[in-house]
Amino acid sequence: MGLNSLWYCLRQTFVSLHRNCWLGVASAAMITVTLVILGTVLLIAVNAGHFMRNIESTVEINVFLDDGADVPDLRQRLNGLRGVENHTFISREQALQELKESFGEKSDLLAGFEGENNPLPDSFRVKALEAEAVPALAHQISFFPGVNKIRYGEEYVDRLVEASRWVNMIALGAVILLAAGAVFLIVTTIRLSLVAREDEVGIMKYLGASNWFVRSPFVLEGIFVGLTGALAAVTVLGGTYYCLLAELQKVDLIFFLRPVTDRETLAPLFLGLLGLGVLMGGAGSWISLRKFLRV
Amino acid sequence: MIHFFNVSKVYPNGTAAVSDINLKINRGEFVFLVGPSGAGKSTLTRLIFREQLPTSGQIFFRERNVLRLGQRELLALRRQIGVVFQDFRLLPRKTVFENVSFALEVIGRSRRVIREQVPHALAEVGLSGKEDAFPAELSGGEQQRVGVARAIVKKPQVILADEPTGNLDPDTSWELMELLERVNRDGTTVVIATHAWDIVNRMRKRVVALDNGRLIRDEAQGSYGHGA
Repeated sequence: MGLNSLWYCLRQTFVSLHRNCWLGVASAAMITVTLVILGTVLLIAVNAGHFMRNIESTVEINVFLDDGADVPDLRQRLNGLRGVENHTFISREQALQELKESFGEKSDLLAGFEGENNPLPDSFRVKALEAEAVPALAHQISFFPGVNKIRYGEEYVDRLVEASRWVNMIALGAVILLAAGAVFLIVTTIRLSLVAREDEVGIMKYLGASNWFVRSPFVLEGIFVGLTGALAAVTVLGGTYYCLLAELQKVDLIFFLRPVTDRETLAPLFLGLLGLGVLMGGAGSWISLRKFLRV
Repeated sequence: MIHFFNVSKVYPNGTAAVSDINLKINRGEFVFLVGPSGAGKSTLTRLIFREQLPTSGQIFFRERNVLRLGQRELLALRRQIGVVFQDFRLLPRKTVFENVSFALEVIGRSRRVIREQVPHALAEVGLSGKEDAFPAELSGGEQQRVGVARAIVKKPQVILADEPTGNLDPDTSWELMELLERVNRDGTTVVIATHAWDIVNRMRKRVVALDNGRLIRDEAQGSYGHGA
């Protein structure tokens, strides 16, 4: 196929978009609505995941030691443990100091516990890479020599792990359902516009047009419609998200919720939505055309 | 140019549309395929165009076996054949000029070629000055002449017409046949499936008569036949 055909297809794409203007707008709007919903679900999922990770990162295992435990040996063992992000040794003096700080003005109450009278043990604070690994890690550490007691907020971690699993599963399910529904709707819409032009396709085949030639204006049209719809969706979503962020900033909630703002996460998400729009439009046309090309 | 060897076509429902056809059509001939409805005329034209494949037998078009064409060669075959339909099959939303130029656009001709050849084809069918009209604004005869212009604009080797006068009144039909005869005089092979017996009898061309899917008569300067 030469340049002539290419020009013809491009011209045809825009002529047809112009003539079937409202059907195109309807398809684009369908893609916009679907992608906005999809994007909202994705943004919620991303933020929920981010929020979970924030909480997970604060989960620590407190390892309390016996008096006279072999600290260098324990440090060695913790270094060799898989799934540990980091660990810090907290001496009994430091622990007392932190306790005092948390008492604030009433720290005098702790006077007299210094030195020999300090009732607090030495300890390690172990941070796990994932909250899910905490129970297993705690169990392993409890067998190390010199370890007296372990605390990590058992029920709290279990519930968190459970919750994050549910959030992920629901988000995934919603995304799959929405995407399938969107493609179905688009195929239906495009098929409508094709039925209106079935004669044209038939005549093209009689005149000796290749499948490629018949298909490309329709597929280009679908891609264009998909891109338009996706651009609208991304604009709406992006605008709303940043407005929401600004509102959160005003009421200081931002430090508690810590929404995702970094480009490394958001850019692929929005670009992905754009790509999905283009794909849905193009694939929709392609699928709808198959049945018309058998002449 | 077109050669049928023992060609049969049985449709999936068991109807034998054509049976054991042997036929040779030479370059530059003017051939009528005649016979009652259901005799197999349309099937024969569809087989040449490879819109359908025969159940058995071989078909050759310019020494090429039509049954063994790849996708590209099939397109090349269709580009050498101009088809005229009983129901015209014009695109209602395109003008006369666009309907004719469509045939060239589809096979990737440049706009320069289109600007040159489309007016030429329209002049040949006597429709100069109607370029910007839409099909609905034309009479049946004029619409069919657009159909002929669309078929000849790509300068095909063969014109295939399936009941081209089926929707036209007698006078217009006769004009159309004269037009096709003119096209034939320029060297294009013309094959017309029809049951317009009066026209066939008047033109004294080669007549291939079919009945019940069988070739029953092939005369160089024939008539429609008796009892038709």
